Amino acid sequence: MSGISSGFGTWNPIAWGLLILGIAVLALVLRSTGRRSYKKGTDQTKAFLSGNEEPSTPGDLHVRGGHLYWGMLDGLDAYYRRVRGLHTGVINDYVAWFVGALAFLGVLFVWVG
Amino acid sequence: MTALVPHVPALLIAVPLLGAFLAPIVGKLGRTTRNGFVALVLLVTAALAALLAVRFLGSNGSPILYVMGGPDGFAVPLPSGMATPIRIMFEIDAMNVFMVLITALVTLCAGLFSFRYLRDRSGGDLFYALFLLLTTAILGLEVTGDLFNFFVFLEITSIAACGLIGFQAWQKRAPEAAYKVMTMYTLAGIFVLLAIGLLYAEHGGLNMAYLASAIRGSVVDQVALTFLFVGLGMKAAAVPLHMWAPDAYGEAPAPVSAVLVVNSQASLYGLFRVMFTIYGGVANAVLLGWLIVALALVTIFVGVTVALLQNDLKRLIAYGALSQIGYMLLGVGVALVTIPTKPDFGFVALQGGIFHMINDAACIGLLFLTAGAAIRAAGTRDLNRMGGLAHTMRLTSVLFIVGALALAGIPPFNGFASKFLIYEGSFQLNPFLAVVAVLSSILLLAVFLKAFQAVFLGPRPEGASVGGEAPLGMLVPMVVLAAVVIGFGLFPGFFVERIVTPAARALWYGRDAYIHAVLGGF
Amino acid sequence: MSLGNLPFIASAMLVILGIYTLLFKRNLVKLVVGGSLIETGVNLFLVTFGYRTAGVAPIYTYAPAAKRMVLPTPQALTLTSIVIGMATTALLLSFAIHVYRHHGTLDARKVKELKG
Repeated sequence: MSGISSGFGTWNPIAWGLLILGIAVLALVLRSTGRRSYKKGTDQTKAFLSGNEEPSTPGDLHVRGGHLYWGMLDGLDAYYRRVRGLHTGVINDYVAWFVGALAFLGVLFVWVG
Repeated sequence: MTALVPHVPALLIAVPLLGAFLAPIVGKLGRTTRNGFVALVLLVTAALAALLAVRFLGSNGSPILYVMGGPDGFAVPLPSGMATPIRIMFEIDAMNVFMVLITALVTLCAGLFSFRYLRDRSGGDLFYALFLLLTTAILGLEVTGDLFNFFVFLEITSIAACGLIGFQAWQKRAPEAAYKVMTMYTLAGIFVLLAIGLLYAEHGGLNMAYLASAIRGSVVDQVALTFLFVGLGMKAAAVPLHMWAPDAYGEAPAPVSAVLVVNSQASLYGLFRVMFTIYGGVANAVLLGWLIVALALVTIFVGVTVALLQNDLKRLIAYGALSQIGYMLLGVGVALVTIPTKPDFGFVALQGGIFHMINDAACIGLLFLTAGAAIRAAGTRDLNRMGGLAHTMRLTSVLFIVGALALAGIPPFNGFASKFLIYEGSFQLNPFLAVVAVLSSILLLAVFLKAFQAVFLGPRPEGASVGGEAPLGMLVPMVVLAAVVIGFGLFPGFFVERIVTPAARALWYGRDAYIHAVLGGF
Repeated sequence: MSLGNLPFIASAMLVILGIYTLLFKRNLVKLVVGGSLIETGVNLFLVTFGYRTAGVAPIYTYAPAAKRMVLPTPQALTLTSIVIGMATTALLLSFAIHVYRHHGTLDARKVKELKG
């Protein structure tokens, strides 16, 4: 119950949970003092798609996995092309990495260490 | 029954081994009988692991020694007067107990999950034979105190794991993955054997405690350290030797992927045992520490960023699992670097790294099992074709969220507790390390968000190829793992004090006790 | 005339040849042979360092009196390693057969569906 302590501070999840609960209760209290009037089924409750029409078939609504994070993947394209190029999938390259690491660490441990 | 209690370490290996060889025979009696038999074997193994933990806690911290073939007179005095321990012995200190608990938990849950998962497929007898053999070998890796015995169990894990990876041999990718993984495992095992041969030629003994006391740091010792480091590091999937890992975790059946993660962690444990106990007084701790910190940073970063690219659900989780190994390496590396200067902070980082092992095993196990349930319901693994499974699989999606949040280090789950220790420990060494670690955690949350959105969110899918909620036989193990995740998260102090700190102390300060238990008057 | 260091050199050559095969050969079966070469080299190394000059086999029955014996432990290690090598070679070859059935080729540069 006392939580774990590192050199800098303590992490106590029970205390954190009580704090979050307190904040949530405060947020609910504040929210309950708001207005309750909205009309369901009109434009007030529909999703805003930048003025476009909502797609009719449900299949088009779902953003598929390959399209997510497009911006980040496109921005880091230089890095990704290089790293993906290294993961060739050819077994000889896997062995080459192994032998390279062996040689590098051999020099490191025997000469330096 | 009490006569069996001193023999628990040997029973821990013997029971699953017997189960592995009896499983095909019992399978002739019918599927339900075989499933019941395998469940019984796994439950007995878990009970033995718990008994071992209780017994170890009762022995006030000194390592338990179990000698194969008699307790007394196992140190044979040679004519020169030197007494060498010549039998194979199991030596169990707090770190071993910790690893055994992880293995027992994950193999039990994965085994129970696999009953329902493999119901519509044939070949179940051989699957359970290999599965129990893998369990035996991982447990053997974790309790043994003899280096050649370690190698034998390492090779058994390679063979059993690759047999299970290629289990779905009717598909196109599974045999290819199994071939590549087996080649890499064989290569690692051969170099570990070469290192063991060099150590034997140099010092004349194979017992870990004997080697720990006899090692002197000559060139041969350093060459053996290189081979052991690279071989065991490759099996633990440290970048840049990690390329087999996404193939392996991605193509294996879902319960097997969870056990493969435990296999990687057992190899990581072997690396720690070699570095801290055998080479403890001799290795250049600062050099080794900085090397491991560098490897850890690269592993964390590459694992998470390449995970964002994947369009195959299990490969995505596999890359996530890969980056978490980096966190364990980061904790241990920081600990090694700060041994001479700031040992208190280093101990905190070591605790974080070791605590992360059990957290990672539980979270990744949960994620792989939920992914298996989702794939079975959707019939495909491609993220571009799945969708809308949360309408029918509510509990499974909640469990996926729990596993993903826990692994990404969101409070109050257990991932945050261990990552908190790692962040704080690495921050005091160099703030850049903590920055990379925290950013990669956030990126991991992004990765699992991608998986969650692609698989579970979205409109209800049309077509009859989507099944309903995961059946009860698959839900119960997932709920057990989620309970471990939440329990470890809400009461981290209790678990850190009971099982993690003794394990960290055994690695850090326990070298003398380890040697003393075998060699007596050290 | 004694062999000197020749067995150690031979074992090192076998290991290097095995690594060369694994790095540069493309046929999947040749890669298995390369792995087997490395294992043979390591087994030869294990047996060789157990040898003591002018030693006899480490068997007590009918042993010549007052003679040195070679070390028995490396021989046990080698036997275990040979058996493990046989098991891994069998597994690797069976997976190579499956790969051939699915992909129609044994070229390692072409069997790379799992990449990225």
